Amino acid sequence: MRKTKTIALGIALAVGTFTATGAMAATTLENVKEKGHLQCGVTSGLPGFSQPDEKGNWTGIDVDTCRAVAAAIFGDAKAVEFTPLTAKERFTALQSGEIDMLSRNTTWTLTRDASLGLNFAGVNYYDGQGFLINKDIGVDDATQLDGATICIQAGTTTELNLSDYFRAKGMEFKPIVFDTSEQTVQGFSAGRCDVLTSDRSQLAALRSKLSDPSSAIILPNTISKEPLGPVVRQGDDEWFNIVKWVLSVQINAEELGVTSANADEMLESDNPNVQRLLGTDGDMGAKLGLPDDFGHKVVKLVGNYGEMYDRNVGPDTPLGLSRGINALWTEGGILYAPPVR
Amino acid sequence: MTESTMKAPKKALRPVKWMRENLFSGWFNTVLTLGVAYLLVTSVGPLLNWFFLDANFVGSDASDCTGAGACWLFISQRLNFFIYGFYPDELQWRVDVMFLLLAVAFVPQFIERFPGRKWLGLFGIFGLPVVGYFLIPGGAFGLEEVQSSKWGGLMLTLILAYIGIIASLPIGILLALGRRSEMPIIRGICVIFIEVWRAVPLITVLFMASVMLPLFLPEGVNFEKLARALIGITLWQSAYMAEVIRGGLQAIPRGQYEAADALGLGYWRKVGLVILPQALKMVIPGIVNTFISLFKDTTLVLIIGLFDILGTVQSTVTDPAWQNVAIEGYVFVAFCFWIFCFGISRYSQNLERKLDTGHKT
Amino acid sequence: MKKQTFDTRPAGPKPWNDPQVRSIFFQTIAIALVFWGGWVLVENTLSNMESRGISTGFGFLDETAGFGIIMNLVPYDATMSYGRTFWVGLTNTLLVSAMGVVAATILGFIIGVARLSSNWLVAKMALVYIEVIRNIPLLLQIFFWYFAVLSNLPSPRQSVDVGGALFLNNRGLYLPEPLTQDGFGLVWGGILLAIAAVVAIRVWAKKRQLATGQIFPTFKVGVAILIAVPIISYLAAGSPIEWDIPALKGFNFGGGITIIPELAALWIALSLYTASFIAEIVRSGILSVSKGQTEASKALGLPNGLTLRLVIIPQAMRVIIPPLTSQYLNLVKNSSLATAIGYPDLVAVFMGTTLNQTGQAVEVVAITMAVYLTISLLISLFMNIYNRAVAIKER
Repeated sequence: MRKTKTIALGIALAVGTFTATGAMAATTLENVKEKGHLQCGVTSGLPGFSQPDEKGNWTGIDVDTCRAVAAAIFGDAKAVEFTPLTAKERFTALQSGEIDMLSRNTTWTLTRDASLGLNFAGVNYYDGQGFLINKDIGVDDATQLDGATICIQAGTTTELNLSDYFRAKGMEFKPIVFDTSEQTVQGFSAGRCDVLTSDRSQLAALRSKLSDPSSAIILPNTISKEPLGPVVRQGDDEWFNIVKWVLSVQINAEELGVTSANADEMLESDNPNVQRLLGTDGDMGAKLGLPDDFGHKVVKLVGNYGEMYDRNVGPDTPLGLSRGINALWTEGGILYAPPVR
Repeated sequence: MTESTMKAPKKALRPVKWMRENLFSGWFNTVLTLGVAYLLVTSVGPLLNWFFLDANFVGSDASDCTGAGACWLFISQRLNFFIYGFYPDELQWRVDVMFLLLAVAFVPQFIERFPGRKWLGLFGIFGLPVVGYFLIPGGAFGLEEVQSSKWGGLMLTLILAYIGIIASLPIGILLALGRRSEMPIIRGICVIFIEVWRAVPLITVLFMASVMLPLFLPEGVNFEKLARALIGITLWQSAYMAEVIRGGLQAIPRGQYEAADALGLGYWRKVGLVILPQALKMVIPGIVNTFISLFKDTTLVLIIGLFDILGTVQSTVTDPAWQNVAIEGYVFVAFCFWIFCFGISRYSQNLERKLDTGHKT
Repeated sequence: MKKQTFDTRPAGPKPWNDPQVRSIFFQTIAIALVFWGGWVLVENTLSNMESRGISTGFGFLDETAGFGIIMNLVPYDATMSYGRTFWVGLTNTLLVSAMGVVAATILGFIIGVARLSSNWLVAKMALVYIEVIRNIPLLLQIFFWYFAVLSNLPSPRQSVDVGGALFLNNRGLYLPEPLTQDGFGLVWGGILLAIAAVVAIRVWAKKRQLATGQIFPTFKVGVAILIAVPIISYLAAGSPIEWDIPALKGFNFGGGITIIPELAALWIALSLYTASFIAEIVRSGILSVSKGQTEASKALGLPNGLTLRLVIIPQAMRVIIPPLTSQYLNLVKNSSLATAIGYPDLVAVFMGTTLNQTGQAVEVVAITMAVYLTISLLISLFMNIYNRAVAIKER
């Protein structure tokens, strides 16, 4: 009988803890501050966007987007832990609260915004779907791809775009769907498919993984719009604003000529826009629930958008992507951030 | 035997005689032998060249791989990553301690008459998980915290297999007892639980753990990805474990149950003091075999994006700094698994032979 | 229970010590716990899905899928529904499983017998095969057969060409496809006739053997009839088959039957892996037949082949069938590893792409698991029926 009692007690305890932990309703910002770090969902490895080196140090434009948020909250760009996620898991991980923000080259679409309980907090890279093809095949335009075998990475909008494009052109194709980018590259370099399709930035990244990158070319066609950006849970507007405005601050900083190198000197600037950006004037930070100098910390520790771009995907990196439409609106691109005021 | 009527056998040299009996008895066997021998001779040479003679062992990067054979340099240069994943260098001693304890606890199991072998084994089953729980993730006793997303490589493979087997043991015992229970409803629940888990592939279980489990939990409760994978693996494995243990329970002669009843022992005492100690001892080989298959199955976690040893190798074979090292990588992983699995299966076969003495009816 | 006219039993135990009362009590608790647990799960899931705006129900099965699948045994294109993708995935799973079961069984029996061969070299090679293959994870073997072998095959333009009809390249194996023309009915008739004749001969031969003890060469005659009659009827009908021979068109070969590399790699890996387990089962099955049986049949003067076929195998089958069943089940479950190399099986297509596009994880995972459960139950059922047929008939 004693044994039974112990078991019953155990069950009761288990049940108690199970239901008790259910009642937890702090805001995301409070949770992050309490943990002492930001938990950020990224890819499991995509050069230029989020890629770990052998020591687990993450680099990439998506990674820097997370670091900027950490810099704004803690004044420490290293206060981030990264959770690598497959395409399949990313939304569940965010919805369940496993991660605080998702920065995993995720395309902003109506369905995702409206039906997944998520909010897209801006765009950190404007992308579009393209084709990577072996030079030897001698194709220079996507309209010549009738009958081609195409490698695709699963779990993305890519599969639908591809079908739509080929159907609209009255062409046929054979899709091979892989789960991870490693397998996709392996399939392509093993010659399983003629063409690899993905977002153009990813194509550049994947091409850099080939043993001979110059053997493959990216076709000029862009068959879809893929605005990629950080995502947060719906229903926590404070947190949504923080992520949205940290990104805007970075873009504004580039426009105002504030860089990580001159951020300290710029504290003395007379330009009221710079003063508001860096927090020497006004209480912009307090309105977001952040320290007033959060803009200064973000730019000083992570850099402005241009620095972030050049460091990770720019012309001097293995990806070698020129700014294109990702340039500022003043320089022929479409990057236009709302003002900090 | 009709030896007396047979002629005395011709005296032949022993190897010749052996060959005639074992390789060239009759035309069919001769053809078979020659065919197999031909295949062996033609394939072993090139393989040997590729593996050893033409292979590259020393150097520091891909440019040192000049020979026509395998580039083992790739393995030795990346070995740290394959074993520890992203675990920080300066904290790897913690993993090493666990490896050492694991070896101390289980290697003596292969050696008969090793003093205190039983106690080391018990420590391996009950003590080691506790030590590991504090040592590997850190965050207590002044140890720096290492998030589970940084665990990887061989270390992660061992963690998955080890926790999977240890955690599924008690659940499996309960399920097996439940399936042998005289209460129809308890029996029914256990049968359904066991059969459903055994019928579905591990990969669907892992997908369920990684995508659906967060939906099952109340809002605000969530586990890390590794923990979710472990929950899935444990539930799945416990069904197999239950069937192995049930085999042991069934092999216990009825007299043991009746004797325990006659002594007036209650159910839990009967099971805990009389039946289970005998049954578990009998099914150790079976448990070891399920461990082997679980160990191999842990490679599936790479499909849900965890970096086990195969995952780490796969993510590095596409590294542009190294060219065409896929086969070397796969061979390395295959070799690691083979050593573990072959060694353990030999152990379990020995054990089976040893335990095969009594108790069979 | 026997009825008694008067109660001589001692006063019953206290209710909490009465085994029956206890049993009812515990079972009630068990049911309550299961229902409570289920209710909590359902409640959590529903409220989570509602708060996260995830839609529920099976309505998505009728929506347009919109993505392509490389291999389909049932008609499919991107304009069809998600429900149809389920059938495409299921048929692909069944195909590779069936192919794997057949190949693994044949290979497993050969290796199992080779393991016991009196030829030392053959026996050792079989042992090496078994010990190497079954101790390496299947996923790794699939990767090997897919990535390592694939990258060594030629591109379509440098295909290996066998007689201008059969082509091998890194897009797959291309075979000519027979297209039946008018008048093929006669050939079908010939085939049916041949089968009927063979059955009739077998029945007659058995009767004759029982009556006179003479053995009629049923096997040889049967094979001759099975080959000759269809060929004669084929020629008589005027060769009513045209071959659709694959030819290089644009990027790739068109026409004919294609075996895609994903299918081939998965099939080879599954067959080799499972065969190593089946071989061990066959070996222990054969060893379980007591030596006396072999000696007795030798004493009767049966040659080695007949001893194996008529005496040993039938008895060994009783030991082999149960573990063989679980190997078949494992093979079907392992076929789900297809998703790692892009073979469009149920898990890759339905639990992969369809789940990603619709986001309805609960429904999709539940359907998939139900399918595997059904397949497992069906295989167990068939093997149980077969097992009963070969079980020892005690008289």
